[in-house]
Parts: sequence; C-alpha cells; structure tokens
Amino acid sequence: MVDIALDIKGLYKTYSDGKVKALNGVDLTIYKGEIFGLLGPNGAGKSTLINVLTTLANKTSGEIIINGLDFAKFPSEAKTYLGVVPQEFNFHWFEKVEDIVVQQAGYYGMPAGEAKERAEILLKRLGLWDKKDTVSMKLSGGMKRRLMIVRALIHKPEILILDEPSAGVDVDLRREMWEFVRELNQEGVTIILTTHYLEEAENLCDRVGIINKGNILEIGTVKALLSELKKDTLVLDTVGEIKGLPKRYRVIEEGRLETDLLQGEDLYTITNELHSKGLQVTGIRNKTNRLEEVFINKVKD
Amino acid sequence: MKAPIWIPLYTIVNKEMIRIFRIWTQTLLPSVITTSLYFLIFGSFVGSQIQDIQGVSYMQFIVPGLVMMAIITNAFMNVVGSFFGAKLSKGIEDTLVSPTPNWVIVWGYVIGGVVRGLVVGVLVLIISLLFTKLTIVNLWAVILFSVLTAVVFSLGGLMNAVFAKKFDHTAIVPTFVLTPLTYLGGVFYSVNALPEFWQNISKFNPILYMVNGFRYGFFGISDVNIGISVTILIMLVLVLSITDLMLLRRGVGLRS
Ligand SMILES: Nc1ncnc2c1ncn2[C@@H]1O[C@H](COP(=O)(O)OP(=O)(O)OP(=O)(O)O)[C@@H](O)[C@H]1O
Ligand SMILES: [Mg+2]
Repeated sequence: MVDIALDIKGLYKTYSDGKVKALNGVDLTIYKGEIFGLLGPNGAGKSTLINVLTTLANKTSGEIIINGLDFAKFPSEAKTYLGVVPQEFNFHWFEKVEDIVVQQAGYYGMPAGEAKERAEILLKRLGLWDKKDTVSMKLSGGMKRRLMIVRALIHKPEILILDEPSAGVDVDLRREMWEFVRELNQEGVTIILTTHYLEEAENLCDRVGIINKGNILEIGTVKALLSELKKDTLVLDTVGEIKGLPKRYRVIEEGRLETDLLQGEDLYTITNELHSKGLQVTGIRNKTNRLEEVFINKVKD
Repeated sequence: MKAPIWIPLYTIVNKEMIRIFRIWTQTLLPSVITTSLYFLIFGSFVGSQIQDIQGVSYMQFIVPGLVMMAIITNAFMNVVGSFFGAKLSKGIEDTLVSPTPNWVIVWGYVIGGVVRGLVVGVLVLIISLLFTKLTIVNLWAVILFSVLTAVVFSLGGLMNAVFAKKFDHTAIVPTFVLTPLTYLGGVFYSVNALPEFWQNISKFNPILYMVNGFRYGFFGISDVNIGISVTILIMLVLVLSITDLMLLRRGVGLRS
C-alpha cells in the first residue's frame, strides 16, 4: 500500500460542451519511484487525464488517491505532492524567469529566501540562470519547456507529471532532458509522462500504458509489451532480378523487399529462399520501431 | 507542517504590485490626466460661474466625486485586466494547481485592485490641491468609503474577468455600467437639485451612496443618510465576495 504513489479508479470525464467522453473509466496505479509513460495518439485523453489530476479540469466521476490521500477530501495536501509541466506554455507573458519560479514557490507557502536559493539551483541545473531576468515571452520554445520544469520542481514534489516534455525540443536537448529525468527519478521522484515518441517511452519508462479514446488499452513493462509482438517486419536490400517470389515477400521497389519474420523463425529460411530465387541479400533491418507496432496494433482495434 | 497562509497571499499581492508599477503609464497615469482636465474645465472654467452647493464651492464639491470616480475605475480595471490577462496567457494555472485556497486568490487580486484604486485616488487628491482648498471633517469616513468602494469594484472586476471570454468582454461593464452610473451618481451635482422623479431613480444607484459618503468625510454634507450608505457598501462587499468565491470554487471560466 505504501509504495503506491497514485491510484486512479473509474475516472470519467465528459467536457461540458460536447459528447466526447475524453476519459472513459480509467483505472491506473502508479508505483513510487517508477517512470511511467502514457502513450496515445492525438485526442486520446492524455492531457485530459493530467488536467483532471492537477484540477485544471473537473472530473465527471471517479476517484483519485495520491500517497494514500483521497484527492477529493484533501485537495490542498494532495496538491503539494504533485508538480506539473503542462503541454502548453502557461506563463504570465510579461513576467521574468526568476520571478515566475519564486512566485510558484510562494503559492506553495515556501518563504522567499528559501525559494530564491532553490530557484537558483534549479535554474542553473537546467541552464537558465543567465536568463533569469528575461521576460518569459522572449524565451525560445526549448527554454520555456525547461522553465516549466524548474517551476514544477520548486516545491519539491514527490510526483512529477510531464505532458509531452519533448514537444518542440531538439534532439540534443531531448537527450539532456531524458538524462535529467533519470537523475530526478534516482533522487526518488516518481515520474509520469505522456509522449508521442515511442523512442522516448522505450528509453525512459519502466512501464507504459497505452491510451486511446479515453480508455487504457494495455499497461505493462516495455519488455512485456514487446514480447506480445508475434512477428518482426524486416526490410531486405537485394541484388538481382525480382521475379516469382512467394507471397510472403512484398516488393517495395527495385532491390528492396519486405517480409515478416515470425517469432522463433530462423532468419536462414528467408535468406536461403531468396538465394534460391537468384537474389543476393545485401542488407537487412527492422522496418519500424517495434514498440510502434505494438502501439499501432493496439490502437487500431 | 502546514505552510503559513500569508505567503501565498503576499505572493499574489506582490505580483500585482510589480505589475501596477511596471506599467504605470497604463495603470496610474491615465486617470490622473483625465481628472486633471476635469478639474481644469469643470472646476476652474465652468465652475466659477456655478453657485456654491450647500456652502462649498463647485470646484470643492466635485473633488470627492472625481477622486471616487478614479478609485472606482482603477480598482475595477486593475482586477479585470490582470485576472483576465492571467486567464488568457494561462498564467493563472500556476495558482490553480497549487494548494493556494480560493479565498486567498480572491483577496490577493482584490488587494491589488484596492492598492491601485487608492494610489490613483491619492494622486488625484494631491492634484486637486492645485485648484482648490480641502477640509477633512471626518477622516474615518474618508478612509472607510474609499477603501470599501475600492473593495466593491475590485470584487466586481474579478467577477467580470471570470466570465469574460474575449478581451472585449472586459470593456463592457466599464462602458455600459460603470461610466453611466458614475456620471449619474452625483459626482457633478447634488441629487437634491434634481426633479423628484430623477431623485427617486438615483436612489437605486449604489455609486450615489459611495460618492456622498466620501464627500461627507470632507465637508460634512451629504444627499443621503451615511448609515444607509455604509450598510449598502458592506452588503455589496459580502454579496460580491461570496459570489466570487463560489465562482472560483466551481472553476467557472477557469477549470474545464
Ligand atoms: N477544453 C476542452 N473542451 C472540450 N473538449 C476537449 C477539451 N480539451 C480536450 N477536449 C477533447 O477531449 C479529447 C481528449 O483530448 P486530450 O487533449 O486529452 O488529448 P491528448 O491525448 O492530450 O491529445 P494530444 O496528443 O493531441 O495532446 C479530444 O477529443 C478533445 O477534443
Ligand atoms: Mg495532450
């Protein structure tokens, strides 16, 4: 019981204006100390789930337990456990970087002196200290994203929620951010993130949940999800004239074929068969990120 | 350990102070300029041809009314502008996700509005001294009526900001409600001079009570009963603050 950071039971959300059931009975348990990834296509309900957690959206029904506390009964206490980095920038346009962070600490009741010290440490750690007097509007997208992370961490939350942390962030910065998230996690912070990038989920997350149309379709470790995949799609580079091949081979273009390798199947059967048809196999690789395939299969049906 | 509540309250108030003084040409200056023009035109040029009202010169008579007008406009505009801006930029979300209670949010913004209203009020009062002499008969009435009025219109500004969906919506109440009520609220004339029909209509205008209560503090003259004026103001503060609190609690215009 003690090791559960967040427990969501039967969570429903229908926005007042529409018929869309943005959340359709979500049950989800997040354990202390893990990095959990929420994966889903556009409009799946990821941000809605996070907004309900952070009270920016009112739930229609359901229960949220944070650190053993019923959110509905103890909202103020429950809120102190959470730090949130939303998907969209949400700064007062004309306020300065340092002021934004120190103010946030104030909303959590942290005295100004302590807030300033912590703000300095965090801003330095995320490479924003030289921008401390810059107005938020004048930061680049990546800087704004990092500022949102600093702001979310200022009150030392036990759970950090990141909604699409990699959106609009370049490759280098993304790697740095992953590194930073891992460090935080090692320091004991539970991480919940949403993402479109399967690579991110695969690299970073202990467990992932696949969400679509307001339903969680599957939850498991990345490894377990991958083992569900019964086949691997391979792309083969070939030399020689392609003709009279069995059905399992799909011709993509001259000199390039695609085929499925079933689980347990020997690669030799494929190269051997092609060889017997007068083709040399000069290259072989996975068609897509494998997690992506699991994902697409889940979301498709 | 529960964090002391004055820290989030101070945080919001301080944020508002920074905003007011950063954009002082938009927050403090305009009312000072317009009221100076009123003093010049109505007080000096036109006023010299108007009889004294209940023993005070026309110039003196309009000073409390114009100060009150500045307080009303600035208190209202500060909260509606700042809170709606926070909604538009989503900057308000940093407060909404925090444990800061709703009443602290309400009063944080209201104190911001009150400060701007009173700062502009004092500036206008100082400028009026260039044109005329003032007495203060009852300092407590001056303080009570200016502060309560600023609170009422700050609370009103907050309510307007909660319902506003576009920037245009923040101008509707000032244009169609505040300005007419202020002009008809006895700033420029004593309602006793009006025909009885209009006198009775004027009794429904809350600003009449504020202006007269405030003017009473300076000259000891009033068209209405001071006790009734204070009661009306306190009732307005109660009704508006409870309404604002309920709106925030339900998340109207803030939480989807
Ligand atoms: N404020 C709102 N009012 C009405 N409907 C909304 C609102 N916000 C989201 N929705 C709807 O709820 C559904 C889920 O949206 P949500 O933003 O949670 O998706 P998401 O998984 O975060 O998508 P993305 O990956 O694009 O960020 C969508 O159908 C969306 O149109
Ligand atoms: Mg989203």
